[in-house]
Amino acid sequence: MQNAIRVKGLQKSYRQLHVLKNVDFEVEKGNIFALLGTNGAGKTTIVKILTTLLKKDGGQVTVNGFDVASMPANVRQSISLTGQFAAVDEVLTGRENLVMIARLRHLSQPREVTDDLLQRFGLSDAADRRASTYSGGMRRRLDIAMSLIGNPQIIFLDEPTTGLDPEGRIEVWKIIKELAGSGTTVFLTTQYLEEAEQLASRIAILHEGEIIVSGTLAELKKLFPPAKVEYIEKQPTLEDIFLKIIGNKKEDK
Amino acid sequence: METIKMKNYFFIDMGVMLIRSMRHVFRSLDTIITVTIMPIAMMLLFVYVLGGAIKTGTDKYVNYLLPGILLVAIANSAGYVSYRLFLDKQRGIFERFHSMPIARSAPLWGHMLTSLVSNAISLVVIILVALLMGFRSSAGFLSWLAIAGILALFTLTLTWIAAIAGLSAKSVDGAGVIAYPIHFLPLISSAFVPTTSMPAGVKAFAEHQPVTPIVETIRALLYNQPVGNQIWVALAWCITIMFCAYLFAMRVYRKRL
Repeated sequence: MQNAIRVKGLQKSYRQLHVLKNVDFEVEKGNIFALLGTNGAGKTTIVKILTTLLKKDGGQVTVNGFDVASMPANVRQSISLTGQFAAVDEVLTGRENLVMIARLRHLSQPREVTDDLLQRFGLSDAADRRASTYSGGMRRRLDIAMSLIGNPQIIFLDEPTTGLDPEGRIEVWKIIKELAGSGTTVFLTTQYLEEAEQLASRIAILHEGEIIVSGTLAELKKLFPPAKVEYIEKQPTLEDIFLKIIGNKKEDK
Repeated sequence: METIKMKNYFFIDMGVMLIRSMRHVFRSLDTIITVTIMPIAMMLLFVYVLGGAIKTGTDKYVNYLLPGILLVAIANSAGYVSYRLFLDKQRGIFERFHSMPIARSAPLWGHMLTSLVSNAISLVVIILVALLMGFRSSAGFLSWLAIAGILALFTLTLTWIAAIAGLSAKSVDGAGVIAYPIHFLPLISSAFVPTTSMPAGVKAFAEHQPVTPIVETIRALLYNQPVGNQIWVALAWCITIMFCAYLFAMRVYRKRL
């Protein structure tokens, strides 16, 4: 099977700071790949290099079969980026944001595509309100919807749930799962381990400029001694309680 | 193949960018006040309050004043270009555009075009108000065309300077600071009063800064007087500054983004 992303011996420094020392990994087509790492580990740097926003210092990087250094235009045709901060135009309405991206992707029917996405992302009611009035979760949904226009084969999501409340996070997770279900390759960075566990078919951990482990969740679990069986009382977490109460409230309405 | 395809889309992409930032202009009351209402208020103030005491040697002060007011309006808009560019850079909109298959410079050119179009609209409004206040010009079509060209050149010059500030600023406040020195240039020139009444030092500055020859050229064109050397001085100033600012802004744009 052809790989969607191949990275070999990737290096990048900012002046004295050697952020990426020797990064290797591959992402299969149609998979959700999660890149884990602490703040400042270099996750965003990798995303920027893969999306042609930043030049690498060394190594080989191909995205959808195209070399990022020599064929950046072809790479941009194949990908979509949802950056760390929701890059929506706050002065425009949700609808205007989507139409703008559809026009820039040179689609023949920007309005139809927009209506479709508004529906799919539950933004139809808020479509003609300015994005500055949206909640964090809505803004993120709009952001991801903008990235889906033109059906890119590979989608980059840089910490898509950072700063979202639990409800917003679960919504975004649902969207990502649906995406992968439809055959899109998803490259995800996150600092939440649970997120990687929930979503990713393959996980890589970036630490001090190198990928220290990578594999499926099952493979990563094997690296540790077998689980000891203990009997514990399962208490609901605060998150379970919060979501349950919120859920009840909604039903009451 | 790829490059040919991209070139064909350049103007379409720029059009999308233009629509986007024109919406920013029209939805910001603050911008409309600063670039249109303020210059009109200034024109009213100078003509009806101060004008009676200013000796310019022309029959109507509004005729003398209008070119300067037009330049003030353009100067007022420069700060907003910095501001909009800064926000695009900071909020990740530029990153989104740059990861898409569109010409890399289209977002920046979109801002330039917006500056030209929005200034053209506000200048037309100001001229209409001036007509109501008694402004009359004997200029023909060609002279008006030349005036439009000079005003467009002046707009682009200031906009490219503002672009440098917006792209290299570290904070919103920093992005707007460029507006202040630019605001002062029309005030210390022959825009409001003839330079002959100024003290020697100020007069020397006023006569050797870009705004004075531009104002004098527009005035000459409006009232069918010979433009003389002033037009070449004006063009030399604008083109030199614009070219340097353009090169510098492009360098910052490529480096930072």
